[in-house]
Amino acid sequence: MSLYRTELRRLTKRRFTRYMTLLGLLVLAAVVVGVFFTNQKIDAGQLAQAERQADQQYQEQVRWSERDRAECEKAKTAGTPSDGRYPDDCSVITAPSRDQIEAEWFLPSTFNFRETFDETLIPFAAILALVGFVVGASFVGAEWSTGGMMNLLLWRPRRLTVLLTKLAALLTGMLAVTLPAAVLWFAGFWAVATFRGSTEKVTSGVWQSAMLTGVRGVVLVLVLTTLGFALASLGRHTAMALGGVVAVMVVGQFGLGILLSMASVKFAEAWLLPTYILAWMTKTVTLQNWDSCNATYYGECKPETMDITWQQSSVLLSVAVVAILGAALWAMRRRDVS
Amino acid sequence: MPAVLEIEGLRKTYKNRRRGTRNALDGFDMRVDAGQVHGFLGPNGSGKTTTLRTLLGLIRPDGGRMVLLGQEVPHALPAVAGQVGAIVESPQFFPHFTARDTLSLLAGAGEVPANRVDEVLELVGLRDRAGERVKTYSLGMKQRLAVASALLKKPKLLILDEPANGLDPGGIREMRTLMRNLAESGMTVLLSSHILGEIQLICDSVTIISLGRRVAFGPVDEVLAQHSSGAVRIRLEAVSDLPVATEVLTQAGVRVTGHPDHLMVAGVDKPATVTRLLAERDLYVSELAPIAVDLESVFLELTATAPVPGQHRQVDESMKVGGTGQSGAAGGGWGA
Ligand SMILES: Nc1ncnc2c1ncn2[C@@H]1O[C@H](COP(=O)(O)OP(=O)(O)OP(=O)(O)O)[C@@H](O)[C@H]1O
Ligand SMILES: [Mg+2]
Repeated sequence: MSLYRTELRRLTKRRFTRYMTLLGLLVLAAVVVGVFFTNQKIDAGQLAQAERQADQQYQEQVRWSERDRAECEKAKTAGTPSDGRYPDDCSVITAPSRDQIEAEWFLPSTFNFRETFDETLIPFAAILALVGFVVGASFVGAEWSTGGMMNLLLWRPRRLTVLLTKLAALLTGMLAVTLPAAVLWFAGFWAVATFRGSTEKVTSGVWQSAMLTGVRGVVLVLVLTTLGFALASLGRHTAMALGGVVAVMVVGQFGLGILLSMASVKFAEAWLLPTYILAWMTKTVTLQNWDSCNATYYGECKPETMDITWQQSSVLLSVAVVAILGAALWAMRRRDVS
Repeated sequence: MPAVLEIEGLRKTYKNRRRGTRNALDGFDMRVDAGQVHGFLGPNGSGKTTTLRTLLGLIRPDGGRMVLLGQEVPHALPAVAGQVGAIVESPQFFPHFTARDTLSLLAGAGEVPANRVDEVLELVGLRDRAGERVKTYSLGMKQRLAVASALLKKPKLLILDEPANGLDPGGIREMRTLMRNLAESGMTVLLSSHILGEIQLICDSVTIISLGRRVAFGPVDEVLAQHSSGAVRIRLEAVSDLPVATEVLTQAGVRVTGHPDHLMVAGVDKPATVTRLLAERDLYVSELAPIAVDLESVFLELTATAPVPGQHRQVDESMKVGGTGQSGAAGGGWGA
């Protein structure tokens, strides 16, 4: 217990921890403020005007399609080759129906809590996960590289206990930042919705879904924090963890992406990590394979799809945590400290 | 006297995929009795730090037995760690914390009362600078901080690997007094150092290691006596009598080397015999001085590391016991 408290104290004393956390929170605050100022509340006048604009556009569409159809027919009777400009059957040229043109398109952007709040949790989790990763890596990495770990082991020779206690302290610290930040995030966007949008139809179901997304975000933060910690402990250096991840992300993922697309592999994104992180947050990511559809001029084309679900992501994240943390613990037990 | 520390047949082999293996410790033995200041000596790379690291559970031995404060380690290390204060080879500290924070975090981890921090800071002379970041400390100040961290737990056994490294003359003397005081208060101190004058002044007993094996051990005066050459310097009242004296002593079977103003005789058990022999021939001795050996020369002899003019001795070229006398680089080198 004393070790746990001491490690918490060490964590909060680190300047790197403080600055990174502060930076992360500032970025989050900037996002809220930015959304606040780029959105507007819509009043009845604006709504009516948007309806009128939508009507206008609809009329235009109708006129254009009628002209096109007439020309198509004229070309057909004259027998001039259309060079693919017109379809064989001129009757397929039709205007969109009125309800396909939404008044919303003609409105300035407005923040609808019910529709948009869930999405905002993605940058929230991503930014805090990044903070967690670097703070976690530096927390244990700097200990290793400066000899602090060796000093500590002279006091506490049980190595696994030491490493796991450090991790527990780190995760506690991350939670202590993430949970209040999440509450503020909810509150902030509620305020944005109130003053720059609408909080209509926010049912208990909406709240529940937002809460669940929030919980998944917190889990993501903790997972990435653990991974940063474990990688740095394995490499016994902060730079090793950060460098390793940069290498994997840039060289591995980027290179892999290019390779896959050159080989025209179906659903190339299914091989890339960010897809899974996104799926974890949004519950499903639907990948589309446009190659499987021969696009016709006006005909509809449904691409082949593939769903990546949050369950699949959870398997991936668990495997990563178990493998990397396991390796770090094993190395901690076995390797000489010098 | 009970042993505080016992090591038998300790082995540590460093393996390197490219350069093979290196036996840093090759059946090393050691014993330190309670309440003593024990010196741990050996040339560079002979295995001192490796021994201490192994003892403290930082590295895993490949064989042998170690007992600390009556308990087998590394198995019982968690139980005894609280009673063993140690610094191993100029320890590093997290550079951005102050000395006080560093010590207070260690104290927290080890359940030592917080007021002890200020006590040890006072003890090592860092009281007024304790609020500054370790990064800004000089080498000697860092070393003092390290000693403070080792003293923090009020240990029964204090292990110091080259604590005098970087200390100023005043600091070295203070360290000497501190260690004597600690030993008097019942603490056992194990001290590795290359400053042999220092060791000779403060240590009750020593262990000398060379290439991972023990070459000598015991109380300092015994080690010195065992390796003193028994040489005696003789001066006569009249320098002109020296040739006669040489003749007399040689006839009596004593090995004599003549010098312009004195004689050196070797292999005499009792200097009095010399006086008697000479007095019988009316030669009067004005000085009869046994040549005191110091730890340094004994060390150089035992480890075979005395410099030879015109040669540059390489590390690992030192005494190998149980082997073929002085080893070449191959003895402890990679590829064994
Ligand atoms: N991590 C390591 N990997 C490989 N060899 C090592 C390692 N640590 C030490 N050695 C080797 O083990 C031998 C003993 O080293 P050790 O540090 O114990 O010497 P020492 O007696 O403390 O020397 P010094 O007086 O220079 O401090 C040396 O030959 C050294 O090169
Ligand atoms: Mg050493």
